[in-house]
Amino acid sequence: MTSPDTETSSLYAKREPVFPKRVSGQFRTLKWWILAVTLGIYYIAPWIRWDRGPSLPDQAILVDIANRRFFFFMIEIWPHEFYFVAGLLIMAGLGLFLFTSAAGRVWCGYACPQTVWTDLFILVERWVEGDRNARIRLLRQRWDLEKTRKYLTKWTLWLLIGLATGGAWVFYFTDAPTLLVDLVTGNAHPVAYITMATLTATTFAFGGFAREQICIYACPWPRIQAAMMDEETITVAYREWRGEPRGKLKKGEPVSETQGDCIDCMACVNVCPMGIDIRDGQQLACITCALCIDACDEVMDKIGKPRGLIGYLALTDERAERAGQPARSAWRHIFRVRTLFYTALWSGVGVALVVALFLRSPIDINVTPLRNPIFVTLSDGSIRNTYDVRLRNKQGEARDYQISVTSAADLALSLEGVPGSVVTVPANETMTQRVYIIANRGTSAAEAERTDVRLWVEDLSAAQRVHHDTIFNGRGN
Amino acid sequence: MSVKPTKQKPGEPPTTGHSWDGIEEYDNPMPRWWLWTFYVTIIWAIGYSILYPAWPLVNDATKGLLGQSTRADVAAEIQAYADANAEIRTRLVETELTEIAANPDLVQYATNAGAAVFRTNCVQCHGSGAAGVQGQGYPNLLDDDWIWGGDIESIHTTVTHGIRNTTDDNARYSEMPRFGADGLLDDTQLSQVVEYVLQISGQEHDAALATEGATVFLDNCAACHGDDGTGSRDVGAPNLTDAIWLYGGSRETITESVTYARFGVMPNWNNRLSEADIRSVAIYVHGLGGGE
Repeated sequence: MTSPDTETSSLYAKREPVFPKRVSGQFRTLKWWILAVTLGIYYIAPWIRWDRGPSLPDQAILVDIANRRFFFFMIEIWPHEFYFVAGLLIMAGLGLFLFTSAAGRVWCGYACPQTVWTDLFILVERWVEGDRNARIRLLRQRWDLEKTRKYLTKWTLWLLIGLATGGAWVFYFTDAPTLLVDLVTGNAHPVAYITMATLTATTFAFGGFAREQICIYACPWPRIQAAMMDEETITVAYREWRGEPRGKLKKGEPVSETQGDCIDCMACVNVCPMGIDIRDGQQLACITCALCIDACDEVMDKIGKPRGLIGYLALTDERAERAGQPARSAWRHIFRVRTLFYTALWSGVGVALVVALFLRSPIDINVTPLRNPIFVTLSDGSIRNTYDVRLRNKQGEARDYQISVTSAADLALSLEGVPGSVVTVPANETMTQRVYIIANRGTSAAEAERTDVRLWVEDLSAAQRVHHDTIFNGRGN
Repeated sequence: MSVKPTKQKPGEPPTTGHSWDGIEEYDNPMPRWWLWTFYVTIIWAIGYSILYPAWPLVNDATKGLLGQSTRADVAAEIQAYADANAEIRTRLVETELTEIAANPDLVQYATNAGAAVFRTNCVQCHGSGAAGVQGQGYPNLLDDDWIWGGDIESIHTTVTHGIRNTTDDNARYSEMPRFGADGLLDDTQLSQVVEYVLQISGQEHDAALATEGATVFLDNCAACHGDDGTGSRDVGAPNLTDAIWLYGGSRETITESVTYARFGVMPNWNNRLSEADIRSVAIYVHGLGGGE
């Protein structure tokens, strides 16, 4: 410890509280709309009803973990169709790549739950305590009646929002009206209460206190975004060439020839929910929420300067504008080979998922040939192969399925434990039926090493059938 | 690489002093709450090591105030399953064997439980696929040929008491004489009766010897294997006319069987498995494809 620098500076820094000032403008309005729509969807979605018949739940969106089903309006996903979820996650990933390479951290700035809930919490805070200056004053104030009352009001409201957040989450996993009654009467499963308590606590802590700390220290996305963005990506930036050298505007004093448009009013800093100065350039802590654009535009209007001292622009624009050339239009930044490639990939996965969704058969079978042993010799010398056929009935009522076999060879089929060839599968269930295929002594299938066979399953009430190709093993001599 | 901290512009944090190809690293302080989180984990660790088993000792480890033990947890979990299954196992034992097939829930439970019992106790001889060992005297349980009977009651009796063991007085018992080794048949008679057995099982044979062998068979073998050679399940005499051979159906192995006889043994399971387990494994075997 020889350097005076290291002696004075601490290894650990106290969090500097951030008091974002109220701002209005086009981006603030857009953000309010996004907040209303996303939170609206989140809170209301589990209450939408969807009639699926008597033996299935009537909740439009339901993750039924106990019965291993996922319901989304007319779509029902079974566990073996988990690739739909994988596909949606891939699309979400590619979507983030696309939006980040085109417009930077728009996810962070507009749609991330951390941003949306923090916005809501700040709204409550402002409503209870007043705007920036009043909040700063209140923080410094000693704990008197006013401060206690305001802080308790604020924390109570935050807790209620947190409770509603955790509450809405559990409704996605079980029938919402039933669960609400159970929750209120104290009859719900402990997991529901624990989940609600956890989410209430995290919402309260993240939205009320951690805020920008989550983005800066906890979230990996700010680190990944650096690899996603390039110099053509439009992002929130300060037009340094226009603003510098900055200087205060004083009434009655002439402005010097060299002074830039920035009057150092700190409006952009005061509204920033991350507590940073956009004029320092692109930085890890910036979530590109664009509130500084609104703040600066307001100031530019007041002092009679053109808007856009802070605005959406790409690094290449900054270079061009500095050289006196016009910036490329936003569309030319957005439609680039890179973003078109992401869009193509994203749509490709999307189209594949939609096609897969509509090609799904109402009858679903899996055939597992039992290969230990590969065949059994019966007492009359005939050869028997065994298959486990897994039948899925995705209908709301029990269905009769007829199992049959077709092959170039002469084969007989029988079922374990069931006379005849028809099995009844209960509604919305999976059943495994053991199926025997027998080739009589001396027939081609009994003597050949292997014979191609096709197992058919026909839904007798719907007159639909599906097949599965497999192999019949014979003596092989 | 220089290690001298470099001065930054005013307002900028100091750097670590490391420089890689001109790229330097800011030396920003950690957030204070992160430090507190670290302290909290230390306190947590202390509390944890007091409440839970933690510190290794010479022969054991500290028990922890809460007395938690993964062995006890597992035992409790197993007990919970046993308790949960107690009702269905009682019903399984109390229901007539032949009535069980009419109760789908009993069949489902018994088949799954039986599969587990089979994997633990039976696969050593009968194989993991229950196909036995071809030609080695370990019967294939998948086919439709049963020496002692293939209905549920017969299978249950076989599993309960076993075959030719000395540990259960009620074991299924029969013993084929050593016709060759003990001089009950001479070599000519032996080859004659072997040709006859090849004939009745539909295999290649010497017709002249087989005709002679028919008489030998009626005099010596028919008592157990029946006049037509289809065997008798009462005495565990195998059907000699079908395509399935416990010890192989070639001329050589049949000759060996007639000369030295066979004496396959299966243990009785009534002293090792509960009645519910025996019934389960019997139902499992019955459902493998050969049950009658």
